Amino acid sequence: MAVVSSTNSTVMNNVEAVRATLYEAMKNDERTVILGEDVGARGNVFLITKDFIGEFGERRVIDTPIAEASIVGIAVGMAMEGLRPIAEIQFADFIYPSFNQIVGEAAKIRYRSNGEYTCPLVIRTPYGGGVRGALSHSVSIEALFYHVPGLKIVAPAFPDDVKGLLNAAIDDPDPVLFLEHKKTYRLIKGEVPDGHYTIPLGKANIRKAGTQLTVVSYGLYLHWALEAAERLAQEGLSVEVLDLRSIRPMDKTAILNSVEKTRKLLIVHEDNKFGGIGAEISAMVAEEALFSLDAPIRRLCGPDVPSMGYALPLEEEFMSSPAEMADAMRAMVKF
Amino acid sequence: MATTDLRTGSLERHGLSDEQLRDMFRNMLLQRQLDNRGFQLNRQGKVPFALGSEGHEALQAGAAMAFHRGHDILAPYYRDLGLCLGIGLSPFEILLSIFARADDHNGGRQFPNHYSSKAAGLMSFSSILAAHLPHAVGAAYAIKYRGETGRAVLATCGDGTTSEGEWHESMNFAAVHKLPFVMLVENNEWAISTPLDKQMAQPEIWKRAAGYGMPGRRFNGFDPIQTYVAVKEAMDRARAGEGPTLVEGTCYRYLAHSTDDNDLTYRTREAVQERRKDDPVPAFEALLLEHGIVTADGVAAMRQDVLRETNEATDAAEALPYPEPADLYKHVYEGAWEPWQS
Repeated sequence: MAVVSSTNSTVMNNVEAVRATLYEAMKNDERTVILGEDVGARGNVFLITKDFIGEFGERRVIDTPIAEASIVGIAVGMAMEGLRPIAEIQFADFIYPSFNQIVGEAAKIRYRSNGEYTCPLVIRTPYGGGVRGALSHSVSIEALFYHVPGLKIVAPAFPDDVKGLLNAAIDDPDPVLFLEHKKTYRLIKGEVPDGHYTIPLGKANIRKAGTQLTVVSYGLYLHWALEAAERLAQEGLSVEVLDLRSIRPMDKTAILNSVEKTRKLLIVHEDNKFGGIGAEISAMVAEEALFSLDAPIRRLCGPDVPSMGYALPLEEEFMSSPAEMADAMRAMVKF
Repeated sequence: MATTDLRTGSLERHGLSDEQLRDMFRNMLLQRQLDNRGFQLNRQGKVPFALGSEGHEALQAGAAMAFHRGHDILAPYYRDLGLCLGIGLSPFEILLSIFARADDHNGGRQFPNHYSSKAAGLMSFSSILAAHLPHAVGAAYAIKYRGETGRAVLATCGDGTTSEGEWHESMNFAAVHKLPFVMLVENNEWAISTPLDKQMAQPEIWKRAAGYGMPGRRFNGFDPIQTYVAVKEAMDRARAGEGPTLVEGTCYRYLAHSTDDNDLTYRTREAVQERRKDDPVPAFEALLLEHGIVTADGVAAMRQDVLRETNEATDAAEALPYPEPADLYKHVYEGAWEPWQS
């Protein structure tokens, strides 16, 4: 439940933050339409767009056929012709049929038309595991898309960032993939400033300052990394936790500034390790700040298997934990 | 349906003036000249690639006549030279695309024949077949959403594209929302090397319209007047808010798929020659001559004029520079760009 506090902010969970931001966007700009599976009468499977259809009508809140390629493709056409569509892929696992529309089309419209056409489009999708989502309701997709010039990718962890970054994504003149970790939807609550504001895409945020190790993460694992860092703080160890927030563009300055201060880097993400976000960060730090490092870079990531499983042990084995993260942090601080 | 018969020479104008009939014929001549120019330049080693629409001339000249410039939107595919000329692109713009010059609408980034012009209402498209159709449907949604009347989206594709999932998805969505959308299929019987019977068990594509709950019709795409009538009727329906239509024009691909294709690996020269008997360009010329809409001298002058225009466009485009190497980095996003933010 949203609770209005005395400091011109409201406590919300991540679902409420997405919902409130979408609501304002619909209120403020007649060009904005929402399209996706079950976003209308059902109000989205997580109730993010509950009651929107009643207020904004079915021409603006469009229940699409189950056809992900054209959900994105139709949104691309709308964007090319002056609307500001917000397309929803019901679960990130279902985004694969729309891969070409995102990578081959949306990301290249501006480029291939030499700037004549643009594609101001937001694609929102819930991703990630830890919810017994089985093989096809659990994946992380960011690494499949972060290779693609022409796309922007955002993955906020906190409700205040959800609002500011979603507003920035909606305002952005280029296509943005907006990733919402579904386990954080109702788990994570926080103060969200009232009124309209944006947070620039491509800016990381130090969620906990520290001196002995830099931990870079995003999404659900960012929260677990913070929990682990608190445990270490009780042991007298000082860990800095950097919330990437944006995956493409990525905040090089924030990462390097932190690493040059702590001289150690641990990257933590739920997506599997090989070719993941951590690989690019590791390479960048190795290129730019190798001689600032007092320990090898380490990545704590998902295992290299196609997916977590439905059976609890197959999910738990895939997912890391605050305890495992604390162990990795402790080992690095003491290296 | 139209009563034009190119074999017997009967002519039902369907409201087309002499001038419009001559315009369509000139468009057909220009298509053939420009197609030929692309192949010539390729054989001369001046351009790495060309692709022709030969056999589609009548269909495209007729369809373009049903397009309202400044109002309608065209979402074409890469074998639509005549349609793009017919909605307002100039031979010079075509040659800029063939030569990949900096002043090309795409800045020399795309293959030739992948035209784009926001000013002309011509939507940018890629080489990935059917990927443009959801875009066309999205544009049609935008038209309807804004309550704009008298506008429609004309989307085209070949028979090959009708096998793509996004073809189906687009047709379905357009029908559900009764969008101002016309799906024009240019059935030339070949998907590069794959003939119709390997593409579909039921070869009359227009019949699929019933499955989507929209009207469908088929016409002889070698006849520009029949094409005009079918496409105009569909576009008028769409503009009037009565929903989408599937129209299928039958034609034939006389050339190989592109300059990189040898069609003799999958069809015989004799089979193509047999179909040349129906070539729409001389057939329409004969019809116009017979009805006194053009004279033999007039046709000769028109051919000269088309050649002159093509030559001038060729020289003008060839003289212009390529894009600069630094242009590679432009238009990735709005403004200057670095994936690493500092």
